Formats: sequence, structure tokens, C-alpha cells
Amino acid sequence: MTSQVSSPAGKTDEADEALVGEQRVPQLGPEGATEKEIRRLDRVIIRFAGDSGDGMQLTGDRFTSETASFGNDLSTLPNFPAEIRAPAGTLPGVSSFQLHFADHDILTPGDAPNVLVAMNPAALKANIADVPRGADIIVNTDEFTKRPMAKVGYETSPLEDGSLDAYNVHPVPLTTLTIEALKEFGLSRKEAERSKNMFALGLLSWMYNRPTEGTEKFLRAKFAKKQAIAEANVAAFRAGWNFGETTEDFAVSYEVAPASQAFPTGTYRNISGNLALSYGLIAAARQADLPLYLGSYPITPASDILHELSRHKNFGVRTFQAEDEIAGIGAALGAAFGGSLAVTTTSGPGVALKSETIGLAVSLELPLLIVDIQRGGPSTGLPTKTEQADLLQAMYGRNGEAPVPVVAPRTPADCFDAAMDAARIALTYRTPVFLLSDGYLANGSEPWRIPEVASLPDLRTRFATGPNHELADGTRVFWPYKRDPETLARPWAVPGTPGLEHRIGGIEKQDGTGNISYDPANHDFMVRTRQAKIDGIAVPDLEVDDPADARTLVLGWGSTYGPITAAVRRLRAAGDTIAQAHLRHLNPFPGNLGEVLGRYGRVVVPEMNLGQLATLLRARYLVDVQSFNQVNGMPFKAEQLATALKEAIDA
Amino acid sequence: MPDANELLQLVPKAEGKQSMKDFKSDQEVRWCPGCGDYAVLAAVQGFMPELGLAKENITFVSGIGCSSRFPYYMNTYGMHSIHGRAPSIATGLATSRRDLSVWVVTGDGDALSIGGNHLIHALRRNVNLKILLFNNRIYGLTKGQYSPTSELGKITKSTPMGSLDAPFNPVSLALGAEASFVARTVDSDRKHLTSVLRAAADHPGTALVEIYQNCNIFNDGAFEVLKDKEKAQEAVIRLEHGRPIRFGTDDAKGVVRDPLTGDLEVVTVTEENQSRILVHDAHNPSPTTAFALSRLADPDTLHHTPIGVLRSVERPVYDSLMSDQLDAAVEQQGKGDLAGLLAGNDTWTVVG
Repeated sequence: MTSQVSSPAGKTDEADEALVGEQRVPQLGPEGATEKEIRRLDRVIIRFAGDSGDGMQLTGDRFTSETASFGNDLSTLPNFPAEIRAPAGTLPGVSSFQLHFADHDILTPGDAPNVLVAMNPAALKANIADVPRGADIIVNTDEFTKRPMAKVGYETSPLEDGSLDAYNVHPVPLTTLTIEALKEFGLSRKEAERSKNMFALGLLSWMYNRPTEGTEKFLRAKFAKKQAIAEANVAAFRAGWNFGETTEDFAVSYEVAPASQAFPTGTYRNISGNLALSYGLIAAARQADLPLYLGSYPITPASDILHELSRHKNFGVRTFQAEDEIAGIGAALGAAFGGSLAVTTTSGPGVALKSETIGLAVSLELPLLIVDIQRGGPSTGLPTKTEQADLLQAMYGRNGEAPVPVVAPRTPADCFDAAMDAARIALTYRTPVFLLSDGYLANGSEPWRIPEVASLPDLRTRFATGPNHELADGTRVFWPYKRDPETLARPWAVPGTPGLEHRIGGIEKQDGTGNISYDPANHDFMVRTRQAKIDGIAVPDLEVDDPADARTLVLGWGSTYGPITAAVRRLRAAGDTIAQAHLRHLNPFPGNLGEVLGRYGRVVVPEMNLGQLATLLRARYLVDVQSFNQVNGMPFKAEQLATALKEAIDA
Repeated sequence: MPDANELLQLVPKAEGKQSMKDFKSDQEVRWCPGCGDYAVLAAVQGFMPELGLAKENITFVSGIGCSSRFPYYMNTYGMHSIHGRAPSIATGLATSRRDLSVWVVTGDGDALSIGGNHLIHALRRNVNLKILLFNNRIYGLTKGQYSPTSELGKITKSTPMGSLDAPFNPVSLALGAEASFVARTVDSDRKHLTSVLRAAADHPGTALVEIYQNCNIFNDGAFEVLKDKEKAQEAVIRLEHGRPIRFGTDDAKGVVRDPLTGDLEVVTVTEENQSRILVHDAHNPSPTTAFALSRLADPDTLHHTPIGVLRSVERPVYDSLMSDQLDAAVEQQGKGDLAGLLAGNDTWTVVG
């Protein structure tokens, strides 16, 4: 693998080698040596790490916004504990935000940071193992005193005992400098100290020549009601920038050019998975010309969708924060009966509670979206970490034969399209649909080409308006379970429609009339019909990327798309041949999936679970797929996947 | 009784005159012969024409249990859902469709055991729902286990040595859950039942109506003391708004407040205490007296059981508040513009 530094030709992105100092090719500034040198890089991975209360997520978000508006491609990985404020200065309390940005298209937040910003000893200790030798480490020296170091088991200062000799350490008294910079603001020491994350952001913004207007505007808007705090933060931010420019410790700054070549023309913004998903729901409701109704109960990492949709009441969006997960989906189902595009949002534990109502929705055959932002399980598991282990729960986690379509987005921005697709299926086939995102997609972000509203699909559906059946005696009647012969969908007759009064329920229904029926043959027919309806859902064929007639196929689903694609690029750059395909539709599978699997001698399925998709594929297609699994709460690293795939290719 | 509530005006009226027959569905009623549910069904079907609402704008939602088959017998829209969840499903329907009159039919097991959480939260939110709680103090559909309203020590299949559970008093529970309308009635008293239904229908917000209902198979005669003409004289306290709370043969008994404890007690009315007899005020903003009335009943013997409207007060209705917020959002931010939303404030352009 070539170096990622100053290598316009060698776009082997995702290489996880460190940005090693010796590799930097000095470029003298136009003014000669008196001005600080600027070097060009093609990509950089930065990790901000600090205490949960240090504002690392905000710092990362701001750097991301600056980077997005500068036009780099980017990918982010927020990583934080479930505790709101774990004890200060401890390892469990460390919160971090990793950002990968580049002048070309990239697929992951990066395997290993080139720069680590460590706000305290705990942040250094928790993250140093991920930092390759030669990388830059900026440490807040003010926190490296006896007690905070002892708290995380440093007997001697790592800044002095030589243990960091292999790194390019920049010791910066961030707290002292921030307090000094704000001494004219009349703030208490504690208040002033809080701005140290903005000082760090300013310093990094200088190092990587990021635009600054956005952050200043953001701070002034965020603290609009506390002007002094707003100005103090702006001052800290500027002080950080100036510190970088003036101090001798930072001799060089870097430039990563906009990724203009990597993107099709269009207008772009940065977007996280949960935001894209929220927008997808609003857009779907508009395209369906139906009011959007969300019934939800707060749960990490899905709550942001509830928050976001609650802000858009002017779109006619109704959000109902229920007393529990069951009531959340119950209200959504009630709204679906009334003719809304109904949604419930949750994570794995919530799905478990909603299972009975999902079964009812299967039986009622009403459109309903169940958004599961998967997190580590079982039980409470790892609330803030990612996992893909709810696939089988989504497929089978109900009593009886209760098939539910499953749709999974592959990147943060793709959550928008996946939400619209899930709505299409729900509305067309009158069925609950699972949308399986995960914590990595939910909180991660990337640039998104903003779609033209006029180009969005038409999702309009028709309510029943009159009788649909003629009895033997010629009477015209309404039969709530008389199906559309093509889609097998039943009519959606909403209350308020005269003449179509009918009753539905969870007891087995007679085909056609919908009346209660315990008839054995009817039940057999209804079970098979409900399954046939889901099996018959129109989903596009699976596309395979196979430029060189490979023997090995890597097949993924959901958020592993980024790391798998990055790994595939590495392998191909190194001369290996491998085919890649990625599933959006897990139920039903694309019609050509069996044929695709049959084409390859070896099929590798990487999943952030213990092989759930692999189980489905083996059962369905009798194919000996090979699993590659990871369940550590983090996304795959591209290098690790590339190694595993290489082994499969060579086996 | 306050004027017919404004929310009821949002529901379209029937065009022609309706009769009880219009509300009977074509489904055969399958309760046990002699079940109290028949009487309630007849009362509801008989009362609906009086409401005069377009029947397509009426929806009955139920959970699981004997009473929850109710929607199948009403020629309106209906949903027979899952155990305990009817209030949550009805909440979604009512809050998204203010042009509907939404009724929940539930039982003591459905509403107070598996669905207790949804019931109390619907009540506190004051969603525009009319909840008919059929209380027979037993599990009927599962064949006779004790319910959360069964008396302590009840011998059933699951409690051969007697139930260890202290029962809920549904009226007390509802009052504690901030209910704006709470009433109690009896299946066999058609006239009283209808008058309570009328008051409930007129109430803006959640109305909880507890209906004592006889299960002649598993708990026959549970409310006999309230139905037997003679016994009822002493057992039943009929509450009427604005009237002194008196009962018993020749209204010989009355309810007074103990000046020391503030609690209520039943006394034999005398000339001395006559002026102290409590006058029922269903519209009292404070639920204190209504709660005290609900505690007069002895859970074992049902003596001194108040029936009628215990509480009927107006407070903001959840559906209206939700709807108002949508209107306010449009007023403040303009009608939602999708293109603007998707673009946000921070974009960049890539040109080819």
C-alpha cells in the first residue's frame, strides 16, 4: 500500500498507516521560510477524545461542519458512553469523535487516527492503542497532574517517561491558555474552562486550514441568550487558531483540497443517518400525500428521530411520546387505521416489546414503519454502540407465521432513500415494514447530494371509497380482506368513509369478508396468502460489482457497506480479484440472489453479529457461505476486513 | 351537564334519522347466554341514535377478553386489538382523526392488569376517548381466574386457597390518574347506564365509565347486592350532581364529612345532621371528595357503592393541544417546505 500522503495518483484510500512525519514532503511557502509551511495531504483522520463533559461530540460536529462546507468528502464516528456523565477523568467516561476527510471519495471513518486530541489522561489511555506510531498527539498538559493520572493508572507521566517517544507529541496547556484568553470576560474559572474544547477546535482548524465562519455563527446562535458565553467561546476558538499560527511547536499546517472530482455535480450538505432517516419519513409522507404520525418512546440510539420529527409540526407531523414502547407502536397502528403514514422508532429492546403489536399489524394488514436503530445486545447491551444483531428478531421475532419485509440502509445518507423505500412497500402492500439502521449509521455522517423534490418517487396510494364485492344476490358490499390480485394488498378503508364500516382484529379472518373464522382450511389459506404477499413484494435485483470475473464474492447488508467497499478497493488495488454485492432488501431477498450466490465458488458474509444473514442464506439457498463476524460495538475496520477477505481469496 | 362539547361538533352528524338497528352488525353475538354484556351492547346500540353521529365516524376499539368482542357487534368501524393495548391504539386514532368519535371497550383484566399502564396514561393525557370498562371481577375468557378487581381471598382455579391480591377500585384508580370524567353504572339498569353514556359522550376528553357486569358463568351474582331491589336500597348510593347524597329506604341515610378528619362517613339522617349532608358536585375542580366517595364502598360486600358520575370537569384535551401545536407551527414557521428542509442552512455546490 502506498502512502496516503501527497499521492494524487495512489488513491488507495482507507490505508490505515499513520501520517508519519518522515513521509511529509516539505513545500516551502511562497514567502520562503519566514511563513509557516503548508503541506498538502489527500486525507486525514482526526480523533477528538476527552471526558464526557468536555464537549467532544460538539467539537467533532463543528469540525465536521467546517469540513463539509469546505467540500471534502468525510465520514464520522462518534463514540460515547451510555452514561450521561460518567465519573470525571475515568476511562469509562471517555467520549470521542473520529472524523476522516479527504480530497477524494472515502467510505469509512478510518481505521486509525493520524491525530489524536487528548483532553485528559483518561482520553490518552483509552485511545492510544488505536494511534499508530508517528502520529500527532495533542495533549492538554494541564490535566496531566498526579491525581488525574493516578485515576487511570499512570504511575509516571506518559508525557515525561518516554512512553510516547514514538509519537509526535504536542504538549499544550489547553486549560491555562483558554482561561488566559478569556480573562477579560469576567467569567468564573469554571465557566472559562468550559471553552477549552473550542480552543482545541480553533487549533485544529488552523492546522487543517478549515473555514471558521460557520463555527462562529454557530456559537453565536447556540448561545444567543447568553451573549457573554457566546463571545467567550468565539474568543477561545480564535485563541486556539492564533496559538497554532504563532507557537513554534506547530511548524506546519496542512491542506486537504475539496473532493470536487469525487462527487457528481449538485448541491451537497452533511447529514447523519438519523437526520436523513427523519427527512426520508417526512418526504415519504409528502410524496404519499398522507399525514405523518410517529408513536415512539425514547431509546438510544433512536431518540434523535423523535426529536427531529417533533420539530417539524409545520409539515403536519404528529409526534406522540408514549408511556412505553408498546403504546408507541400502538398509537402508530391506530393512526395507520385512521389513514396516516404511521411510524414507530426504537432500538432492539423496544422491538422486543413491540413484537405483539407488529404481529397484530401483520394480521390487520395495515401500513406501518418500524424503525429499529440497532445497538449492542442482548438486553440493554451496549446502548451507544453499534451492532447488526436484530436481523433475526426483525425476521422472526413474533408468534405465528408473521412475515415482515425488512429494508436496511447502507450509509448515513442512504437512510433517506431507505426510509422512502420502506414507506413504498408499507403503503403498496399494506404491511408493517422493518427499517433496520444501526448506531453507526445513526450518529455517523457524510456528504449528501440533496435530491430535487420533483425527482422523489410518487408514493400516493388509494383509500377504498366504495363497495368492492358483489354478493350472489347482486348486493354490492365492502369486503375488507378482498385483495388486489397483483399485490395481494387488501383495501385500506379509513374510518369516516360511509358505507365501508367494517371490523378488523387479531383473530383469524375469513378470506374476503374479514369476519372471524376458525375454519382450518381458511387459516391455512390465510397464512399462506400473507406469506405470498410478502414474498411477492417488488424489490430490485441485486447488483454485483465484479470487474474481473472473481471467484470470491463478499456480500454484506446494512452499515457494513463502507468498510466492505473500502476493503474491496484495497484488495483490488493490490491486484486481487473479488466481487462485491450489498443487500438492501433482507425480506424478501432480491429475485436474483440465489443465482448470484451460485455464481461464486466462495461467498464471504461479514456481519456485526454472529452470522445472522449467513444463517438466512444457508437456509434459503443451501449455499455454504462463510461468515466473518465482529461484535465489539464498533464498525469493521477496512484493513481487518481486507485481511480476512484476502485469506478467503487465497484459501 | 355542560353544553354539548365543542369536540363533538367536529364529528359529522348523521344525515337521516338513525335507529338501534343501524348499529347492529351482521355478526352473530357469541357471548354466553345470560351474560351481562348483552345488556350493555343493547344499551349502547340503543343510545347511539340519540348521539346522532354519522356511524362511519364512530370507531370502537377493544383489547382482549369477553367484552372486547364488542366492536364486532357494532355496525361502525372497529378494531379488536391485543390484550390491554386498546387505549394506546385508540389514542393514535383519536389524536390523528379529530373527526371521529372513538370508544374503547375493555374489561377489568384488559384495562387494569395487562393494560393498566395505558389506561392511566390515557386518563392523565385526557385524550378524547370514551372508555367503557366492563368490570365483572373475574377472568371470563380464560375460564375463571381472579382479576385485579376480585376480592381478597377469592377462590378461583388459580387461587384454590384464596387470592392474595388486594383489589383495585377502578374509580379510585381513575381519579388518582387525573381522570377528568369518571362514572360508574350497572349492566342491568338500562336507564342509568344510558344516562351515564350520555354524560360520557358529552364529555370533552377521556371519559371512564366503569360498568358492573355480571359473569353468570364464573362469577355469578357478584353484584347482586346492587341489583336486588331491597338490598340495593342500602348498598347503592346514587349520585346526582347538585343533589344531596342520600340513599337507603326513604333516603334515611346520607353522607357527611367528618369535620375532624375530612373523611366521609355514612350517617342516618337526623334533623341535626341534615344540613351537613353533602351535596354532590361532579364539577368540583378538586378530586378529593370524589375520591372519598369512591372509598365508601366496601370491597368485599359492595355496601355503600356510589354509582353515577363521580367526576366531570373540563381540562385541556390532548388531541386539541396537539392539533393546536400543528396550527401554531404553521403560523410561526409557515407551511413546511420540503426542499428547504432537505437543503438546510449549510450546503456547498459541486459543478462539473
